[in-house]
Amino acid sequence: MSIWEYANPVKFMRVSGAVLPWLVATAAICTTGGVAWGFLTPEDYRQGSTVKIVFLHVPAAMMAINIWVMMLVASLIWLIRRHHVSALAAKAAAPVGAVMTLIALATGAIWGQPMWGTWWEWDPRLTSFLILLLFYIGYIALWSSIEDADSAADLTGVLCLVGSVFALLSRYAVMFWNQGLHQGASLSVAEGERMSAVYRYPLYLSMLGFLLLFLALVLIRTRTEIRRRRLAALQAREMRG
Amino acid sequence: MLALLKRDLTLATRAGGGFGLAVAFFLILCALVPFGVGPDSEALRPIAPGILWVGALLSSLLSLDRIFALDHEDGSLDLLATAPIPLEGVVAVKALAHWITTGLPLVVAAPVFGLLLHLPGGAVSWLILSLLIGTPALSMLGAFGAGVTVGLRRGGLLLSLLVLPLYIPTLIFGTEVTRRGAEAGDPFTPMLFLGGITAGVLALVPFAAAAALRVNLR
Repeated sequence: MSIWEYANPVKFMRVSGAVLPWLVATAAICTTGGVAWGFLTPEDYRQGSTVKIVFLHVPAAMMAINIWVMMLVASLIWLIRRHHVSALAAKAAAPVGAVMTLIALATGAIWGQPMWGTWWEWDPRLTSFLILLLFYIGYIALWSSIEDADSAADLTGVLCLVGSVFALLSRYAVMFWNQGLHQGASLSVAEGERMSAVYRYPLYLSMLGFLLLFLALVLIRTRTEIRRRRLAALQAREMRG
Repeated sequence: MLALLKRDLTLATRAGGGFGLAVAFFLILCALVPFGVGPDSEALRPIAPGILWVGALLSSLLSLDRIFALDHEDGSLDLLATAPIPLEGVVAVKALAHWITTGLPLVVAAPVFGLLLHLPGGAVSWLILSLLIGTPALSMLGAFGAGVTVGLRRGGLLLSLLVLPLYIPTLIFGTEVTRRGAEAGDPFTPMLFLGGITAGVLALVPFAAAAALRVNLR
């Protein structure tokens, strides 16, 4: 019994089918719960009610980065062990990651307008998210423009590896290029630096909700991709037969 | 490998090869910018390093799809892949040929274009140096992008979409070297970063590009 057994599409379909309803339900509860609880928090003495956007902004930003990491791991598994489910999971995750990046950028702009007095600032964090969005778009575009499924998986896998290195490089290069306006990490271990418990616990819940939401979406999309593959295989067999 | 380099250079310099196109494009870009922002030298001077580097980036982008596309069409790429030299070596030589036909002319012509944009005299040597160090990385990354998109029918636009984000670190440090050279700052720190990026790219990207080519030739 090893984890690789789940790389078998049949087994993956069975297990993911059983898990999915529960996952969707908890994701819905956690996300709506986190955001609603966040909405009921008291207003910040300096930021007023705009502080509430953090319950969308921070989880989306966190997922935007982690989804890319997940895609990197999935691509590596595909390139090394050639499990099709892994490649399809990476493909399924990319649009979700792109949307998360967009949410982070959009909510940041909406928050930044009253707080910083500008929709957009060429701040290192903002810029690296824009670059991350470009990488997501390039990755999705490459997937959709190659017809042969295995070549597409290979090429996007290589692109994901190279892109990861350069996304990281750009992240530190832009720090060199401009000083930051964005505040530091929202969740710090050090007491006194971190936000008060009133905001922290709804934020944790919201982050958990976004994580589960991502897992549910990826499972659904991967299942769709597997079904599409099966359909294509059946059609090919019909043509031949 | 030398024969391959010579063949590529000959192909590029003969009619229709596109040699000099990059420089001509660079010239047009530098001529267009003053029309856009006005001929005032005070306005041009601070943006000159950025314009020159973005220009270098775009003009190297122009001829990227030629690196492998023509050879793929007439089948010589398959021959190269089965040749006794490793595919990584082929990629490196192709990138070198691309650099000699687009990057090197830019380095040579850069002082003239700097003059057009009122780049301060002290920064010209830094501009040349940063282009000399930075443009090989552009060609190598371009070869990777070309290798990924070589089998596609409308690969050109996708190629720029894939490659431009990879150019960002080089652009940042290259511009920074020139800007600090112009404003009497310390250009050595970004210069070292630029050199580090180029060295890393030259060492590692041929393997990624060759892997992509092998997939496309399967």
